[in-house]
Amino acid sequence: MKPLPFPDCGSPCHASAWSRRRLLKGSVLTGIGWLTPLAQHLARSSEQSNKRPKSVIILWMEGGISQLDSFDPHPGKTIAHGAKAITTAAKNIQFGEGLPLTAELANDFAVLRSVTSKEGDHSRATYNVKTGYRPFPNLVHPSIGSIVCHGLPQADGNSRDLPSHISILPGGFPARGGYLGARYDAFQTSDPVKPIPDVSASTNGERQQRRLDSLGILEKTFSTGRLPNLESERTLHRTSVESAQRLMSSEQLAAFDVSVLPVAERESFGDSPFGRGCLAAIRLIESGVRCVEVTLRGWDTHIDNAEGQASQLAILDPALSALIRGLKARDLYEDTILLVATEFGRTPKLNLTEGRDHWPHGFSMLLGGGGLRAGIAVGETDPTGEKTDPAGAVRVEDVHTTILRRLGIDTSEEVITPIGRPIKISEGRVIQELV
Amino acid sequence: MSFSLYKAFARLIVLAMVVVAAGVFLWRHFESGSPAPLPTAKADNSLESGLVGVNIAFRKAWAEAGIEPAPEADPLTLARRLSLALTGAPPSLEEIRRLEALPQGSDPVTAWLDHLFSDRRSADYLAERFARAFVGVETGPFLVYRRRRLVNWIGDQLESNRAYDAIVRDLVTAEGLWTTRPETNFITVTLEQGGDKKGPDEMKLAGRTSRAFLGLSLDCMQCHDDMFGDRWKQSDFHQMASFFAQADMSLTGIHENRKKTYETRYLGKTDAVEVPPVVPYGSSFFDEGGNRRQQLARWITHPENAPFARAAVNRTWAILFGKPLADPVDNLPVDGPFPPGLEELAVEFTASGYDLRHLIRLIAGSDPFRRESRSGDPDKPITPEQEAGWAAFPVTPLRPEQVAGAVIQASTLQALDSHTHILQKFRRFNETQGFVKRYGDLGEKEFSGESGTIPQRLLLMNGKLVRDRTGQNPLMNASTRLSKCSPTDEAAIKAAFLAAFTRYPLPAEMEYFVASLADSKGDSRDRALTDLCWALINATEFSWNR
Repeated sequence: MKPLPFPDCGSPCHASAWSRRRLLKGSVLTGIGWLTPLAQHLARSSEQSNKRPKSVIILWMEGGISQLDSFDPHPGKTIAHGAKAITTAAKNIQFGEGLPLTAELANDFAVLRSVTSKEGDHSRATYNVKTGYRPFPNLVHPSIGSIVCHGLPQADGNSRDLPSHISILPGGFPARGGYLGARYDAFQTSDPVKPIPDVSASTNGERQQRRLDSLGILEKTFSTGRLPNLESERTLHRTSVESAQRLMSSEQLAAFDVSVLPVAERESFGDSPFGRGCLAAIRLIESGVRCVEVTLRGWDTHIDNAEGQASQLAILDPALSALIRGLKARDLYEDTILLVATEFGRTPKLNLTEGRDHWPHGFSMLLGGGGLRAGIAVGETDPTGEKTDPAGAVRVEDVHTTILRRLGIDTSEEVITPIGRPIKISEGRVIQELV
Repeated sequence: MSFSLYKAFARLIVLAMVVVAAGVFLWRHFESGSPAPLPTAKADNSLESGLVGVNIAFRKAWAEAGIEPAPEADPLTLARRLSLALTGAPPSLEEIRRLEALPQGSDPVTAWLDHLFSDRRSADYLAERFARAFVGVETGPFLVYRRRRLVNWIGDQLESNRAYDAIVRDLVTAEGLWTTRPETNFITVTLEQGGDKKGPDEMKLAGRTSRAFLGLSLDCMQCHDDMFGDRWKQSDFHQMASFFAQADMSLTGIHENRKKTYETRYLGKTDAVEVPPVVPYGSSFFDEGGNRRQQLARWITHPENAPFARAAVNRTWAILFGKPLADPVDNLPVDGPFPPGLEELAVEFTASGYDLRHLIRLIAGSDPFRRESRSGDPDKPITPEQEAGWAAFPVTPLRPEQVAGAVIQASTLQALDSHTHILQKFRRFNETQGFVKRYGDLGEKEFSGESGTIPQRLLLMNGKLVRDRTGQNPLMNASTRLSKCSPTDEAAIKAAFLAAFTRYPLPAEMEYFVASLADSKGDSRDRALTDLCWALINATEFSWNR
């Protein structure tokens, strides 16, 4: 027997079941005064008077970071299998011993220890955590970075060449715009010491211009006799070529370049592509980019979990701690929400090869910056590893709603999807401990 | 079928019995909620006679809407469309020469399909396209899911032109190990690892089955009755899921375990109840022999199950045109109305014994497929009504792997087919994978493609694949070969246009590019030809189907 996964099955039908319109209609019928337009306006004005963060950095731990070795250790218990813990700057919070630098900053973020989902497969779980929805057959949901870029467009007149959504070291599942459109897909780039892919023309200016002139001839031929709005409404060829040209010659590309920073600062992030990605993330956020995702792969430790996790934690710890320090030093931490996320955790029990398998029944994320409450741990997992329902469970969609609402994005607003059905941007609840 | 029987019976007895028989039929139809049945097939199942009905349907619709069909497309354009749809790449220069050598009077569509069906590339490419509908693109559970094996198995079935209904029955009823019985991967992809669920997931299988094989999106009914119509209930979805309840997993692979039951808690109820296996419509042609999955498979593929044929037609149409006849591809109305041509094609497909090649020949031979995507008069361009009514071939973005395939094929000149050396195939595979990852794979939502993004444009303008394939490399790209092998500038330009666009340059284009090559020699001529190839690859015409 399996209980029906209502209301988080991922179906876009739910949005219509309890839409804002229905609630408003219901409020009128029941005479609830606080839902009047005036009250809504007052509440919105009050909300807007508070300073809102405007950017998001997501550190994506691809493969499934072990909660028991990182943010939710159970030292001395059977499920720890020898993994040790260290104290942190936050009261009553311990981390795995592989995170000494991050532990010093534990009062700068909250640890979510009871995140649950229903997905145990890498691609499905990644989709779930990145979009806040479980995979649904007819619809591709947008990732959180795409929602942020859509919900917080650049102000008019603030001309920007850089993409608003960037994925550094994108791994197997780069963030997608989904039903919001491919224009919200993350721009993918690799280790910041390498050239930014695809932005350098292979020819000089004069020759490049000749190529573009030839292109103009071919486009003219193609448009003849075809739909009059083919270019402007469908192929977008001219617009995309112009935007690409502008980006290729933009001075703003310098934001990707971390080599200009002091050596000491660079070294503090660790000598790794991921560390350099975190450093570039700061510079990109500083340049006005809305969302930067940096991926660290290698957490899928089905074999020899302890060693596999330790080696990755050694990369994560300096990068994460330096990232927080860097954002704070530039006065960006309150303007930026930082999320350390993964698709699922790892099993309390070791398998025959001393690895840990996939565990979506209580895994850890880290959420900080943006004025969110810090220095706390939300939820508790079972120290015996038997229970699959952690205390104070946080659903994946709750993390999304908390972030989006903090950014001032109305998650109850419905959008009409390409399949013609209305859907909410996010269907979770705000994690009350964080606000 | 039942209707025909009653009618025959009525003829033999008396007029009064006709009324009784009709009443019985209507009662059964109402009780079982049968879908709109397909019209009766003609006795003559030849391609020509099948096309007559299909084309009449479209011409009638155009006449009623007052739409003038676009001119007929030329053989090269038709060949390009077919190669892109069936191999993921346009025809090579070598293939184009072969097409041009056909005897006068030959039908280019027939000849080109004969050529493509004889090449394993078509089976492999179509297998991947169908696999996206059958199992999606997920990596799936570790060890017990082998997608590559499943795709190869589908490719084997398509290569031998096995009937589509037999393929579907094998997938639904599959038993055994995912390695030795690749079709079982249709079941094992739904196994959950690390979750509560033991064994295959009935709900995922029900959702996949209804969409891929019946063109019905019953997934929404997983949690509640249909909110946008009264046709479907929550019980319809779960009763279908119950057919998969006894699929079980053991060391010997997938097998049926008749002890397993399926329970669910319906919306608004407090307790879970055991759900019996019941088909959502068409109980009149359901029979109970064999295990649950065998029952379901027979019902899905029963000739009276019209949605089965309609779904296959709509998907195959989408593969050939870049967009489905009825959009979205997997949400067809069960009772109609249907767009012109769909019923006619479904009837022909069913009558052919679910012969996919016959279906492809029918679609490719139809009037809509043979239309141009442009008008003959520049002052009267194609209208949205013409395109929406299939009176003009729709301009759609190529899929990412088709763009990559086009870049690679255009720069190779010889056909990259089943005879290509393994190293070249390996290189092509790696290049395609790298390109698609950056361009953005659409996964199983493959007909909702967008184009025109800045990263896509940058990838085509400056990306590694285009740079490698258009740069100075005598072994691996077209521009150098064109430079070395073409006796005149005109010949080089013609060859470049054929390789990239599958057409000859227009006079204005020829004049422009001849002028751009004028007075260039040696390296400067190579550079000018490289620039020509770059411009062709970056043009809309290259990455859009037309």
